[in-house]
Parts: sequence; structure tokens; C-alpha cells
Amino acid sequence: MSTHLDGNVLGGELGELFTADVTAATGQCASCGAVSAIAQTLVYTHAPGLVARCPSCTGVMLRLVRGPGRAWLDLRGITCLQLTPPGQP
Amino acid sequence: MAGAAVLGRLTWRAGTVASVRDETATARTIALKIPSWPGHRSGQHVDVRLTAADGYSAQRSYSIASAWAGDQVELTVQRLPDGEVSPYLAQVLAAGDPLELRGPIGGWFVWEPAPAPVLLVAGGSGLVPLMAMIRTRAAAGAQAPFRLVYSVRGPGDALYAEELAERQRRGDGLHVAYVYTRTTPAGWPVPPGRIGAGVLTAPGWTPERRPAVFVCGPTGFVEAAADLLVSGGHDPRAIKTERFGPSGGQS
Repeated sequence: MSTHLDGNVLGGELGELFTADVTAATGQCASCGAVSAIAQTLVYTHAPGLVARCPSCTGVMLRLVRGPGRAWLDLRGITCLQLTPPGQP
Repeated sequence: MAGAAVLGRLTWRAGTVASVRDETATARTIALKIPSWPGHRSGQHVDVRLTAADGYSAQRSYSIASAWAGDQVELTVQRLPDGEVSPYLAQVLAAGDPLELRGPIGGWFVWEPAPAPVLLVAGGSGLVPLMAMIRTRAAAGAQAPFRLVYSVRGPGDALYAEELAERQRRGDGLHVAYVYTRTTPAGWPVPPGRIGAGVLTAPGWTPERRPAVFVCGPTGFVEAAADLLVSGGHDPRAIKTERFGPSGGQS
């Protein structure tokens, strides 16, 4: 049985931090160069935080950990994020 | 954006249960009244947070089942035997109870009324966000042809069966095909089994028609269905998927 979900599940946590919807953004994997919607990353929730991996090479693209009153966001696995600013179609 | 643009950051909101109704023996729809709800797009979800008296809290994601209509939002919750959150939502929660939630969430797995044909592929309670698309299509008077392929264990597990039958009877372009994985209705032409390539195509529903495709269900189902669609000739870029599971999604 697979143990991962996908990047759609990141929407709530990231939506508390950013006004743009990061799950609809596309990101380029720093490991393999593949470009995918963050919603399509493979997300593992059995960890102290959320880990999103590239759907092409499974390299780690994003890690998010929440603590009381703060959040740690590691994006070193994404070379570039293409976002739609909020309010744009 | 259908007026539902969310310009601020998400925050937790307090909703109130307006009513509950059973959909199957193990699934219940919860109608919530949420003051100043900004509206939502079909396919979006909310996060629900339960907090115990000692401060322990648990949160899960649940898809919105209803089309946007004022400050009322409907969730359909499948009760999981070992679930930490779903048994409370599907068995204990009653009209008048408060519920803490965050949303609407997600701008990728969404359908906006448009003329292009839409193929929906649901496994179990993965039907919920796709039902919001079917209801939004009806509410908007959209003419886009819709085809739903719905995989369930048996007839008693099918969500919204009467509503889907009624919508199909209207003959306005919605077609529904069922796949039964454990037990079939009497006289069903094929034995129970997993979703296959055959049911994903139908007259007028070939990849050449370039439908937008939405697949939602448990992780294994979603990946099997997406593989079948891609090997059947659908453009991977036209396929949007949403996985849920007992770990951090709907449980």
C-alpha cells in the first residue's frame, strides 16, 4: 500500500503563510529539472512535518514543519516556483 | 474565479452544523453554516480541526461536496473504522454543534464552468469533490458534457446514488458508469473487479476528444486509474489527480 498523498494536502498549511495558492504553482525540481504543479508532488505526512517529493525522480522538493507560533519551510529542492499572484485569473 | 477569489491568507473559522444526513451506512453529509464564507470553487477542500478539552488537537482534510451557495457548505465524511476524526464527524456531530475549519483550500484540483468535455474518475469517497463539479455544472447551467466513472465496493457504498440517477435521467449531458469491486447489483453484466481500461472509454469519450480529466480517490486507485488513462492515450497534462488516505488526508 502506498504511503503518500499529494500536494493538494499542502494547501491549508501553505495557505496560512502565503496569499498566493502555492499548490497551483509549478516548481522545478532541483534534482532532475522536471517541472510539475506543487499539487502533483508526492507528499509524506508520517514525519514531524510535511515532505513533498518530485513526482518524476522522488527527490525532496519541499519540507514544511510547524511549531507553536512559527513555521520552517525548506525549499532548497525547488530551483524556481512559478506563482499566480492572488486575484489574477 | 467566479467571484470566489480569496485574497487573504487562510485562517481558522468557526462554522455551525445546520443539519446532517446519512448518505450510506458509513458516510454522512454535514451541512455547515459558515459566517462570511468567501465562496469556493468546485473541487476545493477544507481542513477540519477537532480540539479536546486537554488541548490535544487533530486535523484532517475533507472535500466540499456542494456548489457554492451563500454561507452554506456541505462536506461528506466517510467513517473509517480506525479513524481519529471521521468517527466523531460521521456519528457524533449533530445540528447546532460548532466546528472549526480552514478553507476554501486548493486552486489546482478545481473545475470552472467551461464548454470542454470533462471525464471524472472516482474511487470510493473520492467522488465528493467531483460531485461538487457535477452540482456546479448544474447550478451554472453549463452544457459541458460530463462522464463519471465511479468505482465502489458495492451498491450500498455508492454515494449520492439517487441524485446521480436523477441527474442522468434529465439527459442534459451527464453520464455515469459504475465499477463494483466487491459485490455487484443482481444481474450486473460483469463480475466485481478493479477499474480497467474498458470502462474509461465510451462512445464519444476517446482521448482524441481531449477531455479535462479529474481523478480522486485513495492513493492506489488514483495511480492505477491515472496509469490506465495515460496508457490509453490521454495527455498527462490534461489529467488532474487528488489522493487521499488514512495518514493525513481524509480519515
